[in-house]
Amino acid sequence: MNSTKTNGFGVLTSDLALKIDEIIQTYESNSTRLVGILLDIQDIVPKQYIPREVATYVSERMNIPLSKVYDVISFYAALSDVPRADYVIQLCDSVVCKVTGNTILRDAITELLGIKEQEATADGKYWLEYTPCFGACDISPAMRINGKVFGHLTTQASVKAALDQYK
Amino acid sequence: MKNIKIKIDNIDLVVPEGTTILEAAKKININIPHLCYHPDQAIKANCRLCVVEVAGSKKLTPSCSSYVFEGMEVQTNTKKVRDMQKGILELILANHDQDCLKCLRNGNCELQALCQRFNISKTNLEDTVDALPLDDTNPCLVRDSAKCVKCNRCVDACQKVQEVHVLTHSHRSIHYNITPAYEMPLEETFCVFCGQCAAVCPVGAIVEKDDTAKVWDAIYDTGKHVIVQTAPAVRVALGDAFNLPKGSIVTGKMVAALRRLGFDQIFDTNFTADLTILEEGNELIKRVTEGGTLPMITSCSPGWINFIEGRYDHLLDHLSSCKSPQQMFGALSKSYYAEKTGIDPKNIYTVSIMPCTAKKFEAKRPEMVTNGVQEVDAVLTTRELARMIQSAGIDFTGLEEDQFDNPFGIGTGAGQIFGATGGVMEAALRTAYEVITGKGLPSLNFTEVRGLEGIKESTVHIDGLDLKVAVAHGLGNAKVLLKQIDKGESPYHFIEVMACPGGCIGGGGQPIKSTMDVKQKRIDAIYHIDEDLPLMKSHKNPDVMRLYDEYLGEPRGHKSHELLHTHYHSRGMKYNFSELMKQ
Ligand code: SF4
Ligand code: SF4
Ligand code: SF4
Ligand code: FES
Ligand code: FES
Repeated sequence: MNSTKTNGFGVLTSDLALKIDEIIQTYESNSTRLVGILLDIQDIVPKQYIPREVATYVSERMNIPLSKVYDVISFYAALSDVPRADYVIQLCDSVVCKVTGNTILRDAITELLGIKEQEATADGKYWLEYTPCFGACDISPAMRINGKVFGHLTTQASVKAALDQYK
Repeated sequence: MKNIKIKIDNIDLVVPEGTTILEAAKKININIPHLCYHPDQAIKANCRLCVVEVAGSKKLTPSCSSYVFEGMEVQTNTKKVRDMQKGILELILANHDQDCLKCLRNGNCELQALCQRFNISKTNLEDTVDALPLDDTNPCLVRDSAKCVKCNRCVDACQKVQEVHVLTHSHRSIHYNITPAYEMPLEETFCVFCGQCAAVCPVGAIVEKDDTAKVWDAIYDTGKHVIVQTAPAVRVALGDAFNLPKGSIVTGKMVAALRRLGFDQIFDTNFTADLTILEEGNELIKRVTEGGTLPMITSCSPGWINFIEGRYDHLLDHLSSCKSPQQMFGALSKSYYAEKTGIDPKNIYTVSIMPCTAKKFEAKRPEMVTNGVQEVDAVLTTRELARMIQSAGIDFTGLEEDQFDNPFGIGTGAGQIFGATGGVMEAALRTAYEVITGKGLPSLNFTEVRGLEGIKESTVHIDGLDLKVAVAHGLGNAKVLLKQIDKGESPYHFIEVMACPGGCIGGGGQPIKSTMDVKQKRIDAIYHIDEDLPLMKSHKNPDVMRLYDEYLGEPRGHKSHELLHTHYHSRGMKYNFSELMKQ
């Protein structure tokens, strides 16, 4: 039956594994800080997600069951179990941003890149998603690209200018 | 412990401190609706169905997680309570694939019973339910998340009891689900197919894979000689499905029912359990006297085999090389029995009735082949046998007792106690002691290895040797003993492991509602059968001895090796991280 199914690797390299070890060490292998550890790891995995082999690696290194790691990944919106893209664009879905018009912002992105939320562009470059408030209320409507915040995005031109920094 | 006076539905009662309202109500025959509550598990309090009104509190109180206090006054049946419970059930039904007629839990489903109680049904049947794909690609279990009520009982069984940690809750709000990591099908996880999840599921969201149709086909096929073996734990549990008192011994009725179903010969797995003792006992003696790998661990529980082959594959040398009694029977059915009866092994269809879902996996292992044919063709759980009997319209309780057929019809008490945790150990000791010392046993009963304690140990003095033994049931307990071995600290010579809590009597294929007290009743029944049997030691089984004389030669001889032993191997399911780091 399953006897010969040794699992191969697609994403995990020895280099990446070493970096993951470092991250885990930074957090002193503290299982209560699993979310932070996974967020840091996600940042250095191509396409910014936690594939099964990486989750399994973390589970073994930290001695936490894989099912628990997955529970955490699936619970937090900021963690993804499916490949996203090189550049992850996040829009805030909280009230303030909605009021200040981030649907216009969303439409601008859809027009410029041809993707809706939870979608990646065909070339795997951009991914669009909503997140809870990331504290840019004062400069809303705002978006984050790979963690960097861009504010006052009221025109399509301003959105394009921001996107153009990531190519 | 302090006693607390309370009133439930205006009935006065006194219960010990630390009792929940739900348990207190049960004592006065009030069954408060519940789904996530299970008497053997920790309180989860996630379904909210068990709410009651407590005087002085405006909010409804969940009764499964609230403890009684002095002077407490509880109402379980007010309009407010019932409206709430009805509302919750309607909500569950709104996202439930209410397909009762096609569901294996029809008539035995806690959700169905509750809906009946509240007289509600979903009428919008054409609505599609938002759910994960059906997981039915393994030979043992079917998971249908369209029927899951998210009570988390299976998660408790998989994580806390078995510590296999396959099932978890995942995501949140409307996407909240019960699944293995990355929504993998079970066979791609470390799942051992013990079925303990199915055994506690209140509904039809995890069930055994139904093989009854296959067996009916074989019975109807006139070209097939269909024989059946029944495991020791089935005869003390099957009666549950026919509303007999828990722990009823129904051996004779079971044989009669199997005969009526149309099986050509009805045999007893206790026979090959005795055979296992001779082979395994012999292996143990050899390892102890000739310096083999110790401790030696039993190999008759396929859930346990899947566990060690999956996660602890570096300890495989500790396993006895014996096949399980099921597979020994299968191998003999396609060799010795075929020769004796002159029937072509290809035309013999061997069915097992097992308390276990993992046995379905074991029967399909590619190496479990004798004379070019699969040793066991189909495995039915106790639940499936009950369904076949019901389906055939047999009035089980009215049946006259029948007897097993020869040549695999005699089992000793030692074979019978295989069904309970500690039984294999005790059976092995009964034989090993006499074989080594040549003397009769002072007492036949090794009571230290009996009972429901998680890990049991004992030391037996055999001719100057202090044989140290341990028994674990439930994989969480087995893990403790494995870790000892890993650290080089295991003091034992011989360990018995059964994957399921209580041993096979608590198997994942037994009738639903096998709670701890039911398991205890089954264990009592098993030792009762043992005491009533004329023979209690495997090496006194005359038919087993004849089998050695006529066919096998001697324990662990050439023929035995070929038919009764196997090689356990890694499931190869781990990522090879150390290999990766070498790159
Ligand atoms: S799980 Fe229960 S309610 Fe749902 S279809 Fe099956 S029997 Fe009916
Ligand atoms: S069969 Fe056993 S190991 Fe597999 S999911 Fe169910 S409880 Fe877990
Ligand atoms: S599969 Fe069954 S036991 Fe598990 S959460 Fe769903 S309903 Fe409960
Ligand atoms: S509300 Fe949008 S960033 Fe805070
Ligand atoms: S039974 Fe009490 S909350 Fe589920």
